[in-house]
Amino acid sequence: MSETSAGSGIAARGLVESERLTNPAPKKPVEPGAPPPGVEDAGISRWIPALGILLVWIAVWSFTKGNNTLALPGREHTDLHQSLTDFNNRLLAGRETNPVMQFTNGISDILRTVFDWLQRLFVRPNLPRPVPEIGWLGIVAVATWVGYAIASWRIALLVLVSFLSFGVFGYWEDSLDLLIVTGMAVGISLLVGLPLAVLAGTSVRANKAITVVLDFMQTMPTFVYLVPVVLFFGIGVGGAVVSTLIYAVPPLVRIGGFGIREVSTTTIEATDSAGQTYWQRLFKVQLPMARKTIIVGLNQTTLAALSMATIAAYINGPGLGKPVINALVANDFGKSFVPGVLIVVMAVMLDRTTTAASERSEKVARGGGGNLRVRRIALAATGVIALVAVFLSRRDLSLAEFPTYTIGSKVADAADSTMSGFIDLVGGLAESVKNGISYGFLNPMQSLLAESPWWLAGLGIVALAVVFGGVRALLTTVVCLAGIWFLDLWHDAMLTLTMVLVGTVLVMVLALVFGVWMARNRWVDIGIRPLLDAGQTIPPFVYLIPVLALFGFSRFTAIVAGVVYAAPAAIKLVADGVKAVSPTTIEAGRSTGQTTWQEITKVQLPMAKGSLVLATNQGLLYVLSMVVIGGLVGAQALGYDVALGISRSEEWGKGAAGGLTIVLLGVMLDRITRAAAEVRRDDGPTTRRAFNVRLPIGPPR
Amino acid sequence: MRIARSRGARLGALAVVASVALSACGGGGSIDEQTQANEEQAAESGGECGDLNMAVNPWVGFQASAYVVGTVAEQQLGCTVNYKDLKEDVSWQGFGTGEVDVVIEDWGHPDLEKKFFADQGDGSAEDFGPQGNVGIIGWFVPPWLAEEHPDILEWSNLNKYAKEFATSESGGQGQFIGADPSYVQFDEAIVSNLDLDFKVVFSGSEAASIEAFRKAEENKEWVIGYWYEPQYFNAEVAMQRVALPAYEDGCQDDPQTVACDYPETELKKIVGSDWAASDSTAVSLVQNFEWTNEDQNVVAGYIASDGMSPEEAAAKWIEENQDKVDAWLE
Repeated sequence: MSETSAGSGIAARGLVESERLTNPAPKKPVEPGAPPPGVEDAGISRWIPALGILLVWIAVWSFTKGNNTLALPGREHTDLHQSLTDFNNRLLAGRETNPVMQFTNGISDILRTVFDWLQRLFVRPNLPRPVPEIGWLGIVAVATWVGYAIASWRIALLVLVSFLSFGVFGYWEDSLDLLIVTGMAVGISLLVGLPLAVLAGTSVRANKAITVVLDFMQTMPTFVYLVPVVLFFGIGVGGAVVSTLIYAVPPLVRIGGFGIREVSTTTIEATDSAGQTYWQRLFKVQLPMARKTIIVGLNQTTLAALSMATIAAYINGPGLGKPVINALVANDFGKSFVPGVLIVVMAVMLDRTTTAASERSEKVARGGGGNLRVRRIALAATGVIALVAVFLSRRDLSLAEFPTYTIGSKVADAADSTMSGFIDLVGGLAESVKNGISYGFLNPMQSLLAESPWWLAGLGIVALAVVFGGVRALLTTVVCLAGIWFLDLWHDAMLTLTMVLVGTVLVMVLALVFGVWMARNRWVDIGIRPLLDAGQTIPPFVYLIPVLALFGFSRFTAIVAGVVYAAPAAIKLVADGVKAVSPTTIEAGRSTGQTTWQEITKVQLPMAKGSLVLATNQGLLYVLSMVVIGGLVGAQALGYDVALGISRSEEWGKGAAGGLTIVLLGVMLDRITRAAAEVRRDDGPTTRRAFNVRLPIGPPR
Repeated sequence: MRIARSRGARLGALAVVASVALSACGGGGSIDEQTQANEEQAAESGGECGDLNMAVNPWVGFQASAYVVGTVAEQQLGCTVNYKDLKEDVSWQGFGTGEVDVVIEDWGHPDLEKKFFADQGDGSAEDFGPQGNVGIIGWFVPPWLAEEHPDILEWSNLNKYAKEFATSESGGQGQFIGADPSYVQFDEAIVSNLDLDFKVVFSGSEAASIEAFRKAEENKEWVIGYWYEPQYFNAEVAMQRVALPAYEDGCQDDPQTVACDYPETELKKIVGSDWAASDSTAVSLVQNFEWTNEDQNVVAGYIASDGMSPEEAAAKWIEENQDKVDAWLE
């Protein structure tokens, strides 16, 4: 991070805060002095009433099981679902006349036109030209030049290598498509998000309202957006850009608003006293001073857009997600591996470029950034080279069409044979692990949750929510459960909840083991963290394939995929939390001669409890969103309902109800764990803010 | 120090671009010349083809049909073919917006016809006639099972064996493998209406079902599932059909009360009405397209067993069967 000069101490606090936002869990954590021992006792004792509730639940379950489970097997649906389906049919039938549909279809048309125009410019033949208007050499040159212009030579080199790898591995067109969709979504995010960020940053009331909406948007598993988006914006580019937009806007609004809010009041008062207008204050003071934070928000928005644009392949969104999802349908790991890796390459490129650009703009604003004249000359000279490259690529066929290399398919084959070798090796073991966990853990738990009468399961969940989240969690839990009951998919919701809970338990086991290990050993941290970053960027469909090959179509497959998806974030959170435990406390413990095991269990973990709860929260939400995607590979329950609703119009209502139920489930789990985190006041207030940012990617610290 | 490094980076970057550009050179040619050639070809073939939006539903047989027609349109009519990977239902919704022009292999969707055909619906889609394939859907078991327990091929004996089919996913009942929930299917209704002690578990895709069947035949596992022809995999493992109560007209009208077998279906081409009315040269190609189950299985085999890309597989078949292709182009 750039050094802060004296005098801007308060503004610098904003920067520190924004750093924390991108990398959840505070750097210099826990306020010294926390936690008071009382909290720790309360934490332990909470498990006793929970256990009591569980015992009562099991007792009542043992003679009521199987009654009133509200199961709705197969294709059966209720009147509510039918009326939702009818609603969909009416909208579809009236899409020519209904003003709302005309409006949304109009937006879709515009998006499609813009995309088509960009495609003819960069990607596909602009007939009768056999090639696009600008060929690969021109695109590579201009992109590299842009990297240099907004950041540095090192970034330009990164951009160059990334772009060449798209082509050399044989996915030039899909990569550009993905970049275009991401770019369009980010562009619109800026148009929509910046005014909202200003609103959130300048008005307390607006901020509260916006926060509620953003919470809701970010709790919704990505897969669920697709149902309504397809209805209003159709399949293809329109739906893809809109769903990407919904996922990508929140970080910008949140982080941008935060940055504007944190501009020092002294500065504002000082400039206000000079008699400035609202707009002057906004454009001359608040926005410039919050610039770096806003760019951090933009960085998060870009990465979110990239990951959602990949999932949008499920509704025929263009880009690298398509080969990945095709490979899932064809059960071909090799074919998904290469595009999956290229998505990671693209994410790293975009992440590092936007980060470096923000750092550079900061430096320039402070009067740094090297000799301006030399730089201008260099920019002009390289700009001319880029233009020449564009010109050449418009003239010569071989500079317009990316040459074909075989390395992509070789890598795919190698990945495939490695994977099948691996599966042959551990297939039997995997089968017994699956059966062990399914029969020993998953099925009994599912039986308890889903075979209980609905009122028993509902009461049990409410009671546990009160124990862990206090009264604050009570209202949300009751409302969410009532909603789930109303939507007529209670049984499926309980099945999904079971998978989520089992998955989260596994995630937390991994998070504790690896998190503590990383926190205690710097080299382990440095070694593992890039893997975690990559794990968070690879589209979920990619690792669904090997997991599917290992475990067959089953709930366990969805759970494992969910664990793989959720573990990186949870591990990072635990590692950072444990690392943040004050060294003085640890030293004090060591001087009394405690063992390593005692140190971990009695000092580090209890003191990092806030991070553990946070990791659980993230684990639950990530696993939920992945378990839903698991509905595509035999995981049944709500995910299957949604997949069914997307793919069959007569089941649209059931799918929509499934989607809403997932959202309610997500909100409920989120609120309970948040409330639990707030009951424990053993960490600083900043940790709670980290709830608001997903996809934390960053270099090791 | 800093300058030295950035200069090094600059040189490195130039070197990389230059080497890729050079390795690319050689085969090239002038873009202007090609543009002119394209214009001439369009004029010769008596009109423009323009864009052809071809839906590709998620099974290999469909891919085979779609890419063969698409490749002919591209190579011989100069169309720009856009393949769209979509589920059946979603494809139909695309006719109205122009997102989809052609569904080349439709397995019968009375509900969608009601919504989108002219007589009852919004008229955005129309029937372009049969495409030659005959579709058979049914319940199938691997050959070893049919051999060792021949009576399993009669549905009334299924309950006797239900326990053998149980897995961790089927909750004590027998597991019935459904494929992709978007396919034409009534298995859950059939199971409950025939009082079968089975639970439908979806594999999610054709490929996942194939994997399960292949493993079942190899390891003599008990497996039963939804399966269909034309299907290239049947050449590798000849799946055996279980007889359900015979199909009668109307027994599938209400999806919730189905208790009969699937009928043989004449697979059809469905196209967008606006596209059909346009002067695109691909319209008559799609209208004339017709081939057999064997043809499709050959191309599907190229794709799935031999690992060719759909484009390569289609091009290979077209080269070997130019006479059939010529008939479509008349």
